[in-house]
Amino acid sequence: MSEHPLPQVVIQVENLVQTLGGQEILRGFSLNVYQGETLVLLGRSGGGKSVFLRHLIGLLQPVSGTVTVDREIISGLPERDLARVRRSMGILFQNGALFDSMTVADNVAFPLRERGETDEGIVTAKVEEALQMVDLAGQQGKMPVNLSGGMRKRVALARALINQPRCMLYDEPTAGLDPIVADSIDLLIRRLQRKLGVTSIVVTHDMKSTLTIADHVALLHEGRCYFYGTCDQLRASTDPVIRDFVEGRSHDEP
Amino acid sequence: MAPARYVGDLVFTFARYLGDLALLAAETLHGIFRGEVRPQLVVQQIYEIGFRSQLVVLITGAFTGAVFATQTYFQFHRLQMDAAVGPVVSVSMFRELGPVLCGLIVAGRVGAAMSAEIGTMKVTEQLDALRALAVHPVDYLVVPRFLAMLVSMPLLVAECIGVGILAAYLLTTQILGVSEPYYVHNMLYFTGGRDVAMGLIKGMVFGIVIVFVSCHQGLNAREGAVGVGRATTEAVVIGSLFILVVNFFLTMTLNIFFPAGK
Repeated sequence: MSEHPLPQVVIQVENLVQTLGGQEILRGFSLNVYQGETLVLLGRSGGGKSVFLRHLIGLLQPVSGTVTVDREIISGLPERDLARVRRSMGILFQNGALFDSMTVADNVAFPLRERGETDEGIVTAKVEEALQMVDLAGQQGKMPVNLSGGMRKRVALARALINQPRCMLYDEPTAGLDPIVADSIDLLIRRLQRKLGVTSIVVTHDMKSTLTIADHVALLHEGRCYFYGTCDQLRASTDPVIRDFVEGRSHDEP
Repeated sequence: MAPARYVGDLVFTFARYLGDLALLAAETLHGIFRGEVRPQLVVQQIYEIGFRSQLVVLITGAFTGAVFATQTYFQFHRLQMDAAVGPVVSVSMFRELGPVLCGLIVAGRVGAAMSAEIGTMKVTEQLDALRALAVHPVDYLVVPRFLAMLVSMPLLVAECIGVGILAAYLLTTQILGVSEPYYVHNMLYFTGGRDVAMGLIKGMVFGIVIVFVSCHQGLNAREGAVGVGRATTEAVVIGSLFILVVNFFLTMTLNIFFPAGK
């Protein structure tokens, strides 16, 4: 993957500290995310990747440290003021987090209606376009409970993308999916990034997915950013922690 | 010292809980004053709270009125005060039985549903999805329920009272043989606008209590299905207890403005 030519920092995270349930999850995590790139955040399960991601859209407030989005510090902002920042961002939750009382069409149309779109003709057309983008045309009438895991994630993606966010956050987009569906999600993320030029931050522990979509990779280890670089630098690293992660070694006795 | 500390902790926890409810109420009013009202959701909630509670409220009102009239008749008949059954039932239904029983029924039916629905949304990240889509959960979930309750609860209480009085009237005059004109005359003579006002005000206050207690439990649900179950149970228990306690203080206060008796 290519380096960004003239990078402009969209998201800046400085010394982020977070404690949950008495356990320090993030211990001074710092990271920059540049305009238009796809940054993959790797890390072990339960290592705090999703917790980190939630700080970027203000769903969690840090114990200390700052998150800056488009030069505005969002950590500490009141809930109502965060709405302004969130309108330019989208997030794909690990399980989709679809509204289970609404159809697929109503889920995808939700952000449009909430922003005041009252012309149902426009809403229908945009929903159809968004669902086509995620290869789910014709599924408007289904309820979330009748969808597979992969379909739910794609509907959630369509919902997040319908208002064309400038920055997308993906929480384990391929977790729990079969390799073929996982690959289609990866390609979708890549295609959307190229087509819409959105800055993407993907949290995953899927190495194959990382190598398919990443411009930059960061490794979260013991609450800190242990590695930051390109995919090539990641593969070339001889650091034992990184090698263990890349090669999937546990060091446990058989 | 241990009992004192236990009581202190209890008082502090209760005060903090009341503070949380007050903050939720303030956030709800803030949302309303910011114009964050979704008429479609309000209508939907009026249907859920008001329309779908009709049957249970009507049955409660009818049988409460009937049984209360029967008991009152058996006591008053010995004193040859049969015609006093009408006003006793009517005033009691307006001032206490109607609003309290209706409140308890709605706390059980609607409060549980509110808490379970919002709690499930919380534990399945749907509330986070709302927030991520720049929608404040209080504006989307609590405001419509609050407004719908303000509309529905007085109507439900009125229905409960009306059906209770009607059932008492039919039972007393048609089956127990009390003179119809005396019954109606005494009932209308001793029942006034003050009783109606007290019943409807109590109903509205109980509705507000149910909404905030239930929504608060739902918004703070944790730990998956078990947490939602616990939140739902607590919503009904706390809501019902609050109704009984608030009713006492409301009765004392409202009696100043709407004193009982002719």
